Amino acid sequence: MTTFILLAPLAGALIAGFGHRLIGERMAMIAPTAIVFVCAALSWITFFTYDAHHGAETTTLFRFLDSGTLGADWSVRLDTLTKIMLVVVTSVSSLVHLYSIGYMEEDPSKPRFFAYLSFFTFAMLALVTSDNLVQMFFGWEGVGVASYLLIGFWFKKPSANAAAMKAFIVNRVGDFGFALGIFGIYYMVDSIAFDDVFAAAPTLAESSIAFLWREWNAAELLAFLLFIGAMGKSAQLFLHTWLPDAMEGPTPVSALIHAATMVTAGVFLVCRMSPLYEHAPGALTFVAVIGASTAFFAATVGLVQNDIKRVIAYSTCSQLGYMFAAAGVGFYQAAMFHLFTHAFFKALLFLGAGSVIHAMHHEQDMRRYGGLRAKIPVTFWMMMLGTLAITGVGIPFSYDLVGLPIGFAGFVSKDAIIEGAYAGHSGYAFWLLVIAAAMTSFYSWRLMFMTFYGKPRDKKRFEHAHESPRVMLIPLYVLGAGAVLAGMVWYGDFIGHHAEEFFGAAIGMAEHNHILHDVHEVPAWVKLAPFVAMLLGLGVAIWFYILNPSLPGRLAESQRGLYLFLLNKWYFDEIYDFLFVRPAMRLGRFLWKKGDGAAIDGVVNGVALGIVPALARLAGRLQSGYVYHYAFAMLIGVSLLITWISVTGVAGGAH
Amino acid sequence: MLSADLYVVLPEALLALFAMAALMACAFGGQDRWASGLTWLTAAFFALLGLIVSFRDGGQEAFGGAFVSDGFARFAKALILFSAAAVLALSENYLRRRRILKFEYPVLIAMATLGMMVMVSAGDLMSLYMGLELQSLSLYVVAAFRRDSVKSTEAGLKYFVLGALGSGLLLYGASLIYGYAGATRFAGIAEAVHEGGLSLGLLFGVAFLCAGLAFKISAVPFHMWTPDVYEGSPTAVTAFFATAPKVAAGALFARVLFDAFGEVSAEWRQILAFLAVASMFLGSIAAIVQTNIKRLMAYSSIAHMGFALMGLAAGTQQGVEALLVYLSIYVAMNVGAFAFIMCMERDGAPVTGIGDLAGLARTRPGQALAVSALMFSLAGVPPLLGFFGKWMVFVAAVDAGLAPLAVAGAVASVIGAFYYLRIVKIMYFDEPGLSLTGSMPFAHGLALTAAALVMSLGWAPGLSGFGVPELAATAAAALFN
Repeated sequence: MTTFILLAPLAGALIAGFGHRLIGERMAMIAPTAIVFVCAALSWITFFTYDAHHGAETTTLFRFLDSGTLGADWSVRLDTLTKIMLVVVTSVSSLVHLYSIGYMEEDPSKPRFFAYLSFFTFAMLALVTSDNLVQMFFGWEGVGVASYLLIGFWFKKPSANAAAMKAFIVNRVGDFGFALGIFGIYYMVDSIAFDDVFAAAPTLAESSIAFLWREWNAAELLAFLLFIGAMGKSAQLFLHTWLPDAMEGPTPVSALIHAATMVTAGVFLVCRMSPLYEHAPGALTFVAVIGASTAFFAATVGLVQNDIKRVIAYSTCSQLGYMFAAAGVGFYQAAMFHLFTHAFFKALLFLGAGSVIHAMHHEQDMRRYGGLRAKIPVTFWMMMLGTLAITGVGIPFSYDLVGLPIGFAGFVSKDAIIEGAYAGHSGYAFWLLVIAAAMTSFYSWRLMFMTFYGKPRDKKRFEHAHESPRVMLIPLYVLGAGAVLAGMVWYGDFIGHHAEEFFGAAIGMAEHNHILHDVHEVPAWVKLAPFVAMLLGLGVAIWFYILNPSLPGRLAESQRGLYLFLLNKWYFDEIYDFLFVRPAMRLGRFLWKKGDGAAIDGVVNGVALGIVPALARLAGRLQSGYVYHYAFAMLIGVSLLITWISVTGVAGGAH
Repeated sequence: MLSADLYVVLPEALLALFAMAALMACAFGGQDRWASGLTWLTAAFFALLGLIVSFRDGGQEAFGGAFVSDGFARFAKALILFSAAAVLALSENYLRRRRILKFEYPVLIAMATLGMMVMVSAGDLMSLYMGLELQSLSLYVVAAFRRDSVKSTEAGLKYFVLGALGSGLLLYGASLIYGYAGATRFAGIAEAVHEGGLSLGLLFGVAFLCAGLAFKISAVPFHMWTPDVYEGSPTAVTAFFATAPKVAAGALFARVLFDAFGEVSAEWRQILAFLAVASMFLGSIAAIVQTNIKRLMAYSSIAHMGFALMGLAAGTQQGVEALLVYLSIYVAMNVGAFAFIMCMERDGAPVTGIGDLAGLARTRPGQALAVSALMFSLAGVPPLLGFFGKWMVFVAAVDAGLAPLAVAGAVASVIGAFYYLRIVKIMYFDEPGLSLTGSMPFAHGLALTAAALVMSLGWAPGLSGFGVPELAATAAAALFN
């Protein structure tokens, strides 16, 4: 069954990509969509029937590569991590396929779009079902390619092309780390199969590896290198710059790839490699620090963005930071849980934003929105559910009262992460995450208020605004239900009392890691903190955008430096441009003009057009036709030969 | 004893008898009326002798070691005889149409061929010189065969004068060697070298000997005669110059160096490396400015001899094997190329300008394609056979520690590729001017097609180079035993 789930989207991609002339454009959209829906159904069946007691179930499809001791199968490994990812990927993918039928209605190259979507789904499934690092890397690169193709889907737009390249190149930095990590693991363990690597983790923690200028603890270094890969794919701080630009792609793509699935691959990687990370406390701390810093950083930038998709993009970046922070304190279950719930409400927000953009004729600037509540009520209500979920609305202490947290999905999973950060003794992560929660609340509500409340700021577009067709609304309903319920329904399984049996051996927890237990023991004020932060953000948002709409402008004026700093995303792009892009361009131009143009072309042209013909003419002149010239040349030749061998030959010692 | 000796030299004896009988018969018989038939007959006789030589058992010596008929000699002889047969068969039509088909021509060619056979079998400085002079004297005459042409007579005279100088150098070297080694027999020289080492006198002798042989193989700086003679001689004679004598000189070079001086290869390898580099570069560079296809082929042959000598410069069995394979491929390419060049004519007069080929692809697409294949092969473009010949000598040179020589060869072949490809460009992309007239006789078409096909398909795994590499390996092994 999992084999079918894995391979069917590939078939869908091939059908849509190569068969659309045969079956027509409409079928080329419906066929892949139907296939992915079947996959989603099967994934849910797998989700409910798979029991972690049996350990991982591995189905080998074929031998992938075989070279010396390096061997890898193409296989499907089914365990709890896989089954979570299966439902996330196939559910969101199927809904996005369906949504795209409506959203891409006017696009001339629909089959190509659906082929890419299905190919992405296949690559992502290959990533999550892999049982070794090489197949995982294949999927990792496959989703990278799909992401590149889809960001640049509207390839006639220069900005889309630039964004696609940026995503690809920044990811290359991360992939370099990931590849080094794989090489290192193979070097140390002599195998790249997960089971062997996990078994060797304790040994790795005690061995060292020489890298660059010194010896490192092997487990620490390898975990660190793998995390570099995760940082690239999941847009963590320093390698995050591609994600906001990736919003150049069609909105369904943003929902599927750049919110719900691909960007969470890094989190998945860390959780998948948890047996290794458990033996690398230093790397784990690094993960937590980067995660929390990203959550904070992205939230601050999200405060002032005006493009509706960019706000959500930074929000995604920030939420991924939460997940890493959770993994960094050893609370992998919470990371997976937030990944799971986040997929629902973030896909909902993106598809909702897509619906708004669709309604407003591809206008993405929130400053031109306003008052859309009445025009597109369904979208409004669904976005409202998503916002309630992401900001973490729920009833505090309900867990202590009824044994189950009552609240939207984000409330359950995000608050668990914040409590986990406290329980994991990471004060830095805890405080940054709480502050980020307040800012999350502010920017999410800001988005809602600017879009749906107040007076319409662009009358003409407002007049023409219309609700999206049903095929776009159905995914919203489904995701809305998920955003409300996902947290409460699966709390027990993911991080509650059933967590250990739910995950089984899929997540490796070291002896000393009691976070599943400790998280319930945190003080009351810690449990209350994210809730208060949420209320604070909501209150400020109401004050700024409902009660006193002129205030934000004045604040921006008075705090101009800070405002520009945030608006320009902490100047990361400018710094990178200065540090890497321009020197690289200069180097490239130098090599091109001077190295290639002047040196190589110059030498080749000089030799070919200058020296060689000159020599040829010289040879022609020597060929005078006079016999005595020829004889003279022969005698010169003999003299040369004799001189040469007398000097070298006999001096070299004739025997 | 004598009958055993005669048995060993039977092919040479048969050829000598044939040549003299033919000379007598024609002189007192039909004169030039029989020339055409005699040419064909001689070609057929060459082919027959070639077969006989190929299938005789070898390893024998005659006249006390002055004449050696081992596997190496038989390989070279077969190659010489078959290529001479092919060129002779192609010449008949050409000479007849130029009205210079005289009965002396096949006789002289037979004499030259006989000289070459003696050369490659030489086991003694005496027999070496005898074979060499027999060959050379015959070739001086055929070079001037077109007596009413100033160019042809000039070519013959130049060749004769310079050839005499070359022979003089060779003889001087031979006398030095005899003086210092006390023997003319190769085995005796080898013994002297083994006991007394390579004295300065012997070293000078080797150098002069090499100079004389380099003249025959037209290696730089003893090459100056080549372009003038190639251009001035009738094309049929040029074709002959470019094939069999090169094989003979190359094989003789290997024979004398390995049989007599094999022990001190380190000394003469430098000479050969120098000759190889100079020939490769001069041949490749000077050909660029040529406008006459026969002169171009002259420089081409100088460059190719440079590559062939690289195999000899390696000083190993592998190198000799590469030399033989290279020569075989080179001869096959040249037979094909000259089959075409002999047919280049306009209104009954031969033309030899490269520009006359313009637009050939449109007027004669089949010939243009075949010539292109040969040009690519001459340039050494994979997967044509010409590439594998170069590949083998490069590998031999690298394995023998002469990597710089191989690099120089690669550079030279890049430069050389220019003028071969230019011919292809002229045929395919230039506007046709006054196009060639006249049809191609069957024999020429066959030779051209066969050569092009062999060069294009010889690399195919099932054909394994038509068994030539294997035979060359056996022949090279024979030289080393």
